[in-house]
This record gives sequence, C-alpha cells and structure tokens, in this order.
Amino acid sequence: MIALLIRDIRLAVRAGGGFGLALAFFLIVTVLVPFGVGPQSDILARIAPGILWVGALLACLLSLDRIFALDFEDGSLDLLATAPVPLEGVVAMKALAHWLTTGLPLTLAAPGLGVLLNMPSGAYLWLLVTLGLGTPALSYIGTFGAALTVGLKRGGLLLSILVLPLYVPTLIFGAEALRRGADGLATQTPLLMLAGITLATVALLPFVAASAIRINLR
Amino acid sequence: MDLTVTDMACARGGVPILEGVSFTLARGETLLLRGPNGIGKTTLLRTLAGLQPALEGAVSMPAEALAYGAHADGLKGALTVSENLRFWARIYGRRDIGPALRDFNLEELKNRPAHSLSAGQKRRLGLARLLVTGRRIWALDEPTVSLDSASVALFGAAIKSHCAAGGSALMATHIDLGFKARVLDLVPFRARPGSRRALTTSGFDGDEDFT
Repeated sequence: MIALLIRDIRLAVRAGGGFGLALAFFLIVTVLVPFGVGPQSDILARIAPGILWVGALLACLLSLDRIFALDFEDGSLDLLATAPVPLEGVVAMKALAHWLTTGLPLTLAAPGLGVLLNMPSGAYLWLLVTLGLGTPALSYIGTFGAALTVGLKRGGLLLSILVLPLYVPTLIFGAEALRRGADGLATQTPLLMLAGITLATVALLPFVAASAIRINLR
Repeated sequence: MDLTVTDMACARGGVPILEGVSFTLARGETLLLRGPNGIGKTTLLRTLAGLQPALEGAVSMPAEALAYGAHADGLKGALTVSENLRFWARIYGRRDIGPALRDFNLEELKNRPAHSLSAGQKRRLGLARLLVTGRRIWALDEPTVSLDSASVALFGAAIKSHCAAGGSALMATHIDLGFKARVLDLVPFRARPGSRRALTTSGFDGDEDFT
C-alpha cells in the first residue's frame, strides 16, 4: 500500500508526470481574472474567495484522468487488481497520492495568489483552512469519476462532465466558509458541512470506485 | 493438485466463447494452452486470475496462489528497472529482487529507466516480476512475445526451476520452450451458438445476424 503511494508520488514528480501543471494552471487562471474584471481592487477583493475556489477546483480536474488511465494502458491496473492488496485500498492510496501532488500544493500556493486578488489580510488563514479541508474531497470524488471512465478512449471530457456537478457541494460550502471568514462572520456551519463532505467521500467513495473498476476491467 | 477447473464457461464482451472447460494442473507441471486466435486463451486466463467471473463451473486452487502475467507488462517508463521490480515485490509483501534480476539477466540494466529498454528487455523485466511475486501458479498470456532465442532460453530455464521448486505454470504460447509440456487444445471447448449456455446468456448481442 505504502509502496503504491510512494510509486504514484514518484511518478507524478518525475518528468512527464504532470506535477506542477495544476499549479501553473491555477496561477494562470488567477492572474487572468484581474485582466477580465478590471483593476478595481474592491471588486477583486469581494470575488477573490470564489475565484480562488473555482480555480483550485478546475486545476484539480486537470490531472484526474491520469489517475487510472495510465495504469490501465500499461497493464498495471490488471496486475494490481490480481495482487494481494484490496482494490479499495489501491483506490484510496491513488486518491491520497493525487491529493498530495495536487490538492496540497494548490492549498499551499493559494495565499500567494490571494495577494494578486487583493484579498483582505484576515482571510488568508481561512483560505488555507477551507482549501485544506475541501481539496481531499475533490481528489476522492475525482478518483471515483476516473474509475467510472477507466478504459474509455479519450474519457477526459466525459470525466469532467461527470465530476464537476459532484464538486458543487464542496464548492458551495468551501467558498461560503472562506467568504464568511474573510468578512469576520461565524464559519462553524459551512466548515462542519465541508468537513463532513470530505470525511464521507474519503470513507465511502473508494468502495464505489473499486467496484466500478472491477466492472470496467472485465 | 494445484489447480482444478471443472466444466467452466466464460464469455468475452457478453458473448460466451468457451464452455465445458475441464482440466487439472499438478504441482511441478507446465500446461500450454493452444488454439487459434480468438478461441479464448486470454479470456480463460483472465477468468482464472479473477478479473472476470466465470459464467458457470468451478475453479479450485489454494488461496492467493496465482500470479497473472498479461500481454502488457505493467511497467512504468519513468521508473528504473529495479524500482519497477521493487514496487511489485513490495505489493506482494516481499523485498528481495536480486534473484529475479539475475535469472532474467537484468543486472546490468537495473539503473536504466524502463522507457529506454528495448521491447525484449521490457518483456524480460515483465517476466522477472513473476519471480518476485512468490506465487506458486503462474498464469501467463503469450509470455515469449518479442523475446529473442537467448531470452526464451532464460525464460524456459526460469519455468523449469519454478516447476522443480513445486510451482506450476499455465501459459498461452505457440513457441517451443525447449522442454516437454502437456498441451491443452481449446478448440473442442468452443461455445457453439444454440448450445444451452449460449441460449441462456445471450441477449441482443447473441441475436445479431451475421449474414
């Protein structure tokens, strides 16, 4: 299990692994917004929480189809499915590796990008907290979507269409908690909802994703 | 007896292609699957590996005894030879990859990234993976594809020593491995359209008119 986690992280970090792509995408999207909206700093400050959350979500989406597609193409997925490790564990580890190489770097980079959007100073802590709580759910939901589309040729677009609606609750509560935090309001309710969504996806979706893979491998 | 298959039927893409398959594989024995393309050699091996359910029949073998070797080797080009092998060893709860590297003559290549290997070298690495699984029954799908004669000899020797150590091997291959092995011809087990199995499982797929 740990071997699988280490392998996936190593593959992501090595050349051609796609590590950094999500970060670069996040950076570019965030930089584009002031160009589109105009340089009024009060408007930017007001929309910053939403922009940062949507940007992180889209950046997360970029690397989802690599989670299983590459292993399917080179036969590793067949071999992992016949190996003495539970497929549910394989899925959970792959989702965790995806979060460690995508969600975590996005979370850590977000405060730097908040500066570009003139985010109020009190919001940076909330930005870290909400993204840190919410991005694992993005990885686990995305892994489930990737499991559904594994084996489909060019399933990337279908994957995005399947996964984006499922991201809506995470986005609503994540961005809401961040907005309230930035305005100095109570954040407990949206934070609890966000944490609940993350815990539920982490606990349940590996089982669903593993059954989807078993069916797709037949 | 390591593996006993009784009256098994299996399907590919929902269409039954094999039925009534029965055979046994004893310890120390090598069984070669023969038959024309499309007869169902791969399907039979995938069913035994547990990747797809059998339509009917029973398979009995010891728990966690089978290692499956597919057409594709499951190698990662960005990892080196020894990293690839060590990963699979750890998945199977083992550590020592030295004998596997030695038996398939990969020691000089062990620090090369797998994407720089030739097709035959990749295949050798894929076969070395079997040794690190420590499993007793090897189910192999065309294991000798893209191997040169020297590598086929290495592979034959590996199979021989695996069988001498109490293991057994079941493989779909057309090549002569340099030792005598039992052959199972799959042609008599071809599922016939209109047979009881085809009738009970076919839906729209089975009703297609091929004229």
